[in-house]
Amino acid sequence: MNDYLEIAGKKFSNRFFLGTGKFGSLERMKEAILRSGTELVTVALRRIDPDSPKCDILSFIPPSVLMMTNTSGARTASEAIKIAKLARAAGAPPWIKIEVIPDTRYLLPDNDETVKATEALVREGFVVMPYFSPDLIIARRLRDAGAASVMPLGSPIGSGKGIKTRELIKIIIEEIDLPVVVDAGIGLPSHAAEAMELGAAAVLVNTAVAIAENPPAMAEAFALATKAGRIAYLCSGADSFASTASPSSPVEGTIH
Amino acid sequence: MNFAEILEKYKSFDFEAFFSKLTEKDIQKILSKERLAEFDFLALLSPVAEKFIDIIKGRARILTRRHFGRTIALYAPLYLSNYCVNECVYCGFKRSIKIKRHKLEGTELLQEADSLAKTGIRNVLVLTGESRKESPVSYIADAISTISAKFATMSIEVYPMEIDEYRQLNLAGAEGITLYQETYDRKLYAEYHKNCPKGNFDFRLEAQQRALESGMRSANVGALLGLCEFRKDFFFTGLHADFLMRQFPAAEIGVAVPRLNAFGPYIPLFPVSDLNLQQCIVALRNFLPSAGISLSTRERPQLRDFLVDCGITRLSAGSRTGVGGYAEFEAKTEGQFDVHDTRSVEEIVAMLKAKNYDPVFTDWRRI
Repeated sequence: MNDYLEIAGKKFSNRFFLGTGKFGSLERMKEAILRSGTELVTVALRRIDPDSPKCDILSFIPPSVLMMTNTSGARTASEAIKIAKLARAAGAPPWIKIEVIPDTRYLLPDNDETVKATEALVREGFVVMPYFSPDLIIARRLRDAGAASVMPLGSPIGSGKGIKTRELIKIIIEEIDLPVVVDAGIGLPSHAAEAMELGAAAVLVNTAVAIAENPPAMAEAFALATKAGRIAYLCSGADSFASTASPSSPVEGTIH
Repeated sequence: MNFAEILEKYKSFDFEAFFSKLTEKDIQKILSKERLAEFDFLALLSPVAEKFIDIIKGRARILTRRHFGRTIALYAPLYLSNYCVNECVYCGFKRSIKIKRHKLEGTELLQEADSLAKTGIRNVLVLTGESRKESPVSYIADAISTISAKFATMSIEVYPMEIDEYRQLNLAGAEGITLYQETYDRKLYAEYHKNCPKGNFDFRLEAQQRALESGMRSANVGALLGLCEFRKDFFFTGLHADFLMRQFPAAEIGVAVPRLNAFGPYIPLFPVSDLNLQQCIVALRNFLPSAGISLSTRERPQLRDFLVDCGITRLSAGSRTGVGGYAEFEAKTEGQFDVHDTRSVEEIVAMLKAKNYDPVFTDWRRI
């Protein structure tokens, strides 16, 4: 089945994206990347020290996998913009996941600053994928600003609580004509499947894979679940009505 | 609002009565909650909660993994100067002690920074004794500016300052502050710090707030465990961290757990056992899942290795607590405290990797 996801002219056959933070080792991170077959990973620039001989995360990312810098650590639009420009100056691809998080307790994003950063970075020629709290109004602003996709959170980063913002994500999928990549809070492969069954274009998972007892196996599980959810969505079409029951055998003509 | 107002609310709080009324059922109920309130935290610090330490630790591990993953940030102290005007009863730098006093400048400072950078450390905590005459703000700012290019992150543990002074250090390159209140008990604090500038309890208490208002992005709090009954002091340490998180939600707030060792003739009045220390760490993690928790080389290797699994997120490595300790030139002074974990940075990295942690040298870079 030809079911590519296209973002900014690039085609992805695997709709499972992986974050590279929190792993126990760079070797395990690489194994997880390979085992899942992911074609896009996110990397925090704040962890990269080009002068440090002891850390070289970039060499553990297979060259065929697209590396998207995230602006982790940015608390304002201005900081996110600086990080993006630094990444580009260092030779990173011009794909940016905007994370503007002025809240270290819940790691929830600042939607207003995210819009500002998106506007500025799109003007600068970046492919921008903003992470935000699901809000249709904000999603429209991000779309109008030129975002390549939108990334609504399922639940707070690291919480593993799943798609708690389900109804809001459904609205965004319905109304915004951009790939919707559900990000944050996906704790189980079944959550990834759920997001895809709703009609999400892709999912991004980090913590649940990185902290698993067996990250490569968990990454594979997530990739499979993502694919399963996508197939289910394509087969079922729109979400079925849940409020009425429907007999599996017809009753018409059986009662006199 | 300031933290002193919160402390004041507990002025007449009867900790012993609170602990004596707690039952095992109370602890079990707390451990079934998702989010803990302040008195839940105090309950987890109680003698009754000791029986549940393994369960509290289990929760602490899960919470640490969720928020921090398997990364452990490595850092090291760099002592710029050990001149001090205070007379803290428990300290190796107090003014009445006849030790070699020195401060690093010029070539010596650069050599010290180079030696430290060669170990791989990129996250440095710059310390001085408390002397505005020998280590004025300008001296500290110049030192930070001079060596900041060698390190990704610099933070300070120096005498409490005014907002403008913290701003000056922030502009020079300091991103964060660590400052121990020593003890949150005003009466004991006064007894430990007689006849010296450090006697100003409130000025010290509000230092982190001023530093964060000046633009610094991180702050660590702590009590010197052993100066007061630890359950009380650590409770206030947790409340202090919680207060700062609420006032400065964008800041990275952390807690240190320095345990006072015997020093010369001084023996801590309120000794803290290994179990007590573990209880502090795991209880705090349950109360504040997103707080950083630092552990220094004051503790012996086996205990540090064990506590890493309890919720620690920052470890010092290869530490030297004397002035000029890394470069080891002639002016080397005695250390502020005894280092019990003398393992090198490489050895700490190997230990962490063997335990499936990712030691991180750079977690933040000034841009």
